[in-house]
Amino acid sequence: MSVPLTLLGLLDREPSHGYDLKREYDAYFGRGKPLPFGQVYSTLSRLARDGKVVISEVGPGEGPDRKRYIITDLGATEVEQWLTQPVEPEPHLQTVLFAKVVLALMLDRPAGDYLDTQRGAHLQRMRELTEIKRTGNLVDALLADHGLYHLEADLRWIEMTGARLDALKKAVRP
Amino acid sequence: MTIAIEARNVVFSFGQTPALRGASIAVDSGEIVAIMGASGSGKSTLLHCLAGILVPDSGEVLFDGARVDSMTEARRSSLRRDRFGFVFQFGQLVPELTTAENVALPLLLNGTRRAEALRKAHGWFERLGLEGLEHRRSGELSGGQAQRVALARGLVTGPEVLFADEPTGALDSLTGEQVMDLLVTAARAQGTTVILVTHEPRVAAYADREVIVRDGRVNAPDRIAS
Repeated sequence: MSVPLTLLGLLDREPSHGYDLKREYDAYFGRGKPLPFGQVYSTLSRLARDGKVVISEVGPGEGPDRKRYIITDLGATEVEQWLTQPVEPEPHLQTVLFAKVVLALMLDRPAGDYLDTQRGAHLQRMRELTEIKRTGNLVDALLADHGLYHLEADLRWIEMTGARLDALKKAVRP
Repeated sequence: MTIAIEARNVVFSFGQTPALRGASIAVDSGEIVAIMGASGSGKSTLLHCLAGILVPDSGEVLFDGARVDSMTEARRSSLRRDRFGFVFQFGQLVPELTTAENVALPLLLNGTRRAEALRKAHGWFERLGLEGLEHRRSGELSGGQAQRVALARGLVTGPEVLFADEPTGALDSLTGEQVMDLLVTAARAQGTTVILVTHEPRVAAYADREVIVRDGRVNAPDRIAS
């Protein structure tokens, strides 16, 4: 999660105070990890320094601060580019799980058992996310879905790897 | 927790081809269990043995203290009609009947009067968001609507065990999740045990736990009754 771009995106909607930005960030993107005030203001300062926001001294928002941040054309262009460009698809080839499977095979350990354990852990997390989806609001559901699809992709990899363990073993233990 | 249904060392072959090689599973009353596994692993065969559709070559299937595997076909048929419910991948609705008649069908087959059966069926249309579709034929329904009708038909008798074999397999992701949400909510509301066969992790995630069938055996040793 890019904090500067997310804050810029919130400002692209309307000018706002640091306190209000933090509150909105926490509500939509924090997911249990609130953005520290210090990080909010240091990020906004950098954005102002780089000409992506300007500060106007007007009346207070809901918090105590009196600075109101307004996105500039430069900042809005950056948000637009960020939103329209796809995220780099990463091959995830060096994940911990991949390393564990290969090492297990190299060391003649029960890689299949490790994969079974991992499958169980993945499905348990998927159950938790599914429950969040069933009982939470739409924002929660959207985030849970993101997690669920990634876990599902991992599980497909686990299934395929499990089916290829014999061949993989020959490849890593020539 | 009491065990609702159980298979012990079930062996079943299709001719010379073994499908189950000593599969064991115990499912608690009110529990929702997903049976997962690759194509050809034996997961649907296990469901069919548990439901009394197939009779194992050896091993035991127990439901409510009775040996399902040694029952006559008539008794197994009665069990399936009166105490079990079923949902399959393709709703398998009767095209000549209205959707209300389709839902009422299990009640009509077990001797419930038609008016009463249809009254109970109509109650499920509201619960599953199917209001207004009571008089349509299955050919006039979307896939999601048809599967919700099939779900209503599977639950209308208040079965003790619902067997669901890839119930969302023919649906898109969002519709499939809506069906699963309704299935789980309805099953929990009436305390129905659910045995759900699926190869989809996202569907299995609606269950309380999963077991994996691999090469005709169940990979859940800690839950197998001795």
